[in-house]
Amino acid sequence: MDLRRTMLFMPGNNPGMLQNGGVFGADAIILDLEDAVAPQEKDAARLLVAQALQTVDYGDSEKVVRINTLDTFGRQDIKAIVPCRPDALLVPKVESPEDIKEAARLVAAYEQPGQTPVKLIALLETPCGIAEAYRIARADKRVVALAFGAEDYTTSLGAKRTKEGTEIFSARTMVVNSAAAAGVQSIDTPFTDVNDQDGLIADTELAKRLGFKGKLAINPRQIDDIHKVFNPTEQDIVWAERVIKAIRKAEAEGSGVASLDGKMVDAPIVARAERILYLAQLLGLAGGGLL
Amino acid sequence: MYELKPAQAGTLESNDIMITVAPGPIGSGVVIELESIVLAQYGQAIKKTIAGVIGEHNITDIYVKAVDRGALDCTIKARTLAALGRAGVIASKELI
Repeated sequence: MDLRRTMLFMPGNNPGMLQNGGVFGADAIILDLEDAVAPQEKDAARLLVAQALQTVDYGDSEKVVRINTLDTFGRQDIKAIVPCRPDALLVPKVESPEDIKEAARLVAAYEQPGQTPVKLIALLETPCGIAEAYRIARADKRVVALAFGAEDYTTSLGAKRTKEGTEIFSARTMVVNSAAAAGVQSIDTPFTDVNDQDGLIADTELAKRLGFKGKLAINPRQIDDIHKVFNPTEQDIVWAERVIKAIRKAEAEGSGVASLDGKMVDAPIVARAERILYLAQLLGLAGGGLL
Repeated sequence: MYELKPAQAGTLESNDIMITVAPGPIGSGVVIELESIVLAQYGQAIKKTIAGVIGEHNITDIYVKAVDRGALDCTIKARTLAALGRAGVIASKELI
């Protein structure tokens, strides 16, 4: 399982941002060829991102490129970018399984012999995309996550975008549910007011409660706050350790079900505890020793 | 061989380089005029990178004006390729 608590957008035609993308500590950086690049600069941005992928050290951050839609510049993007070995492509405005299948077909055509397969993340930002979320997530084995883009979505709905996000609640739950049903990750829409730290934290906490595994970010300043929300707390880790100990004790006694503080501990509880401990281990926090 | 049209790529922002290309007189070869904030330290290396990209595409008789704002090698290559692509001397299929 890859860690994608934060996926930070970097404008694809800005050399200063591209060369420093690895220093911010985001789990993934998204080199953006779509909305951040003017149409007349698509060629230059594509070349710049291709060169950056081959030469810039992005440290532990996953290298993701947001391509353009396949009916605009996306095909040229895939042809140019895939041989430069990105970890994943973020495919915008996905509306049907066919969109993903076509992207996957093109990726396969341009991968080089021996290259690690390029993953796909479907960005759902239209009502059609949300309605088809599950089938999109299942469309190809390269799909590792569904991401939600609320700005275009609410425009399509004709709804006003608000900070509390009532208008995107049902779409968020559909994305999370579809991703979970398909066995892929769900990544929440960015919080667009970079000066509202409290708003960002509240929005991220809501996303976590709904089941999202990470959040898109549009400014490096947002990374630490998002990470803090998605990181397991000390209390989480202590609880998870107790769950694992309780179930192991029960298993040793020949039972598949345990009890902890008067509550039943069964397979879903154990799975949740294991995920917390896995995250803790991955992040170098205490609690990984039981896995 | 394609006909070279005047073209430009890049910006004058920090960490970028603006490359302008134009056809040179027949027999003039590759002429690179460079303005850079690090001219003394890296001027020769920057010119070498630009000349290298041009050489890979067998382009002769070209005038290049480069205004550097501290671009890395990968940026210099990308902007040179973009300018040559816009100048019509590299087919799009060869750009990467």
